[in-house]
Amino acid sequence: MDRNQLRRQVALTRQSLFDQGFLDEQFIQLEELQDDANPNFVEEVVSLHYRDSARLISNIEKALENNPLDFNKLDGYMHQFKGSSSSIGAKKVKAECTLFREYCKAGNGEGCMRTFQQTKKEYATLKRKLETYFQLARQAGPADTACRPK
Amino acid sequence: MMENGFSSPRNDSFPAGLRVLVVDDDPTWLKILEKMLKKCSYEVTTCGLARDALNLLRERKGGYDIVISDVYMPDMDGFKLLEHVGLEMDLPVIMMSVDGETSRVMKGVQHGACDYLLKPIRMKELRNIWQHVFRKKIHEVRDIEILEGIESFQMTRNGSDQYEDGHFLCGEDLTSIKKRKDMESKHDEKDIGDNTSTKKARVVWSVELHQKFVKAVNQIGFDTTSLSCFYRAMTSNVCLAEVGPKKILDLMNVPRLTRENVASHLQKYRLYLSRLQKGNDFNNPVGMIKQSDSPLSDSVGSFGSHNSINLQPTDVSNGCYGFSGSSLVLHNVDPRSHDGDRKILVTTPVAEPKRGLTVDAPNPRKPRISQMEFGRPLAPPRSEVNFSTFDSSLPTKYPWCGIPEIRLKQEHNPLHFNDGFSHLPMPGQKQLTRADYPQPAPAIISPPSLTERETGCPVKIKPSRNDYGSNASHVSSTASAVDPIPLQTKTNSTNHQVSSTSSMENQGLNMNCLTDVESSRKNINLGMPPLATLDEGLQVCFVPGDYYMNLGLQNIEVPEYFDPSLLTDVPIHLNDGLRFDYEFYDPTEYSLIDQSLFI
Repeated sequence: MDRNQLRRQVALTRQSLFDQGFLDEQFIQLEELQDDANPNFVEEVVSLHYRDSARLISNIEKALENNPLDFNKLDGYMHQFKGSSSSIGAKKVKAECTLFREYCKAGNGEGCMRTFQQTKKEYATLKRKLETYFQLARQAGPADTACRPK
Repeated sequence: MMENGFSSPRNDSFPAGLRVLVVDDDPTWLKILEKMLKKCSYEVTTCGLARDALNLLRERKGGYDIVISDVYMPDMDGFKLLEHVGLEMDLPVIMMSVDGETSRVMKGVQHGACDYLLKPIRMKELRNIWQHVFRKKIHEVRDIEILEGIESFQMTRNGSDQYEDGHFLCGEDLTSIKKRKDMESKHDEKDIGDNTSTKKARVVWSVELHQKFVKAVNQIGFDTTSLSCFYRAMTSNVCLAEVGPKKILDLMNVPRLTRENVASHLQKYRLYLSRLQKGNDFNNPVGMIKQSDSPLSDSVGSFGSHNSINLQPTDVSNGCYGFSGSSLVLHNVDPRSHDGDRKILVTTPVAEPKRGLTVDAPNPRKPRISQMEFGRPLAPPRSEVNFSTFDSSLPTKYPWCGIPEIRLKQEHNPLHFNDGFSHLPMPGQKQLTRADYPQPAPAIISPPSLTERETGCPVKIKPSRNDYGSNASHVSSTASAVDPIPLQTKTNSTNHQVSSTSSMENQGLNMNCLTDVESSRKNINLGMPPLATLDEGLQVCFVPGDYYMNLGLQNIEVPEYFDPSLLTDVPIHLNDGLRFDYEFYDPTEYSLIDQSLFI
């Protein structure tokens, strides 16, 4: 693929992430923050997010193994995870987090577990897609500027 | 442009260079916010822990303009941090959270957040945060003026009869001033109020209400004031600032008054006090008064080393404000037994005899407050010294000298004045506390501390309580030794030229630190090296303004410091009034309260 094609590919991939609801406006904010001073800002932030969320996910998993479930604690962890997800604009993941917290409030352990699995799934999916996207973007080279989804 | 509460020199390009402290346990958000704020041309500092943030804020007072903090943090609740910051540093705080539930937002506002942002945060939201800084400054000025108005009104009100007319007049003026300001501020208040779903009825801090407030604060002994927080902050203790408003509220016992009302009023009050201190070059933070080893401090007992003298306007009933004219109203405060909660009230004795200096040592547990309430000194009743120094004429540019610590030394009596107090004359005030008292009051001020502090406070602290004789000379020497109080007061080098009544000399405390702040202004600066250097004796804080603080039983001010005209105005009875101190107390029994008066 020549450069232009690559670039178009990148743009399309990016666009689909928005269209399919994986990413929201926040991601664009990150892109807009990227500049000469921080040329890899978006990727750095996303990496930071992965690191932090790994920790949070593991916390939740451990907490879910408890019997009985401590919903307050679970809610707290999920709150943090949701916050982290919101930082990169992980839309679907965020939605699952919200659902999880609803179940926590309702004291529905079963619902929590199910939702948590969903959350992890969405998280993994997004991670994969973003990695593909970033790789593509690196191949295409710089000059991809943020553009708002149509 | 911004007030120079900021030390940074970026005022001309405001809001660029706004110094923001961001606190969030989420590293991803921390990075993003940092970048966003930098793009807004702000100066950013990030903190992952609330504890670290508080330390930073305390270490670098005045080093930040605004704080942005997440609500949910593992080491400390964001609301708690919010309270701490609000009370200790009085900085605008913006809360943020991914949780936008109304109840949370409301809680944030109730705790004093000036804004509540929902994550994900847009950069445009951050661009405008400077408005909170600006708004606060404006309100600060306005509220301080209101406070001044109230205080001056109170003082006039409590003044002697001769001022009744004046008092009415003042009252009217005050009311109209208040009205105007209330209307002006109402607008802004509403803005904030609109952010919450329920609007609180706006509390108007009337003179009476404010008096109750001050009374309550005094009773509590400053533990609600920022000084104590400051002190604790300095000693790395947890600040119990948040306890304050609640306690005050309870003491005030005013229906329908809320904790938030009190908290915000407390903030303004602190601001008022701190404004008076501004320009004060405290080497040590207030409240860093070291405990002296003098017996004074021992006797003070529960006074911590950082008791502050609570200068507060006396209650109407106590009435000592009196500076207008020639007579100082004596404040009749009931002597209090020495206990941990003493307040030091310095009152300038006025015509009435039988007023003693009542020194109420503030609760020793309470570190000094950085802001002193001041009220006019009132003639203290037996054992209380009321420092009340609110001087309406005090502009925000007070020549505030360091507030000396007044240690209440209690030996036998609950109130012991260390070597007596000398009256703190207030420059410009007609009333001069004459140092007629034969009583060689123990020196209140310990020169060493003075010099150390270099506050130039004319107050001289005498190291030895009973060493009157030396006091005098001491005073003189200290006077010269003491540099002019940095607080814009020109310590009268003439201070030591106290009118040389022998009593004056005896006065350990030369409250004649009436230094003219700017020579034109005769303000009393009780600038005492506030703090730490207090080793024994009282450090008296001079309240700038035009009154004399009658700190000590004996030592009265030296006329020389003031306009001769002032002197003439001082009625004889003044002396009498002062004298009663003598009669009432054994000057040697007075110990200086270990309080730092922050005025």
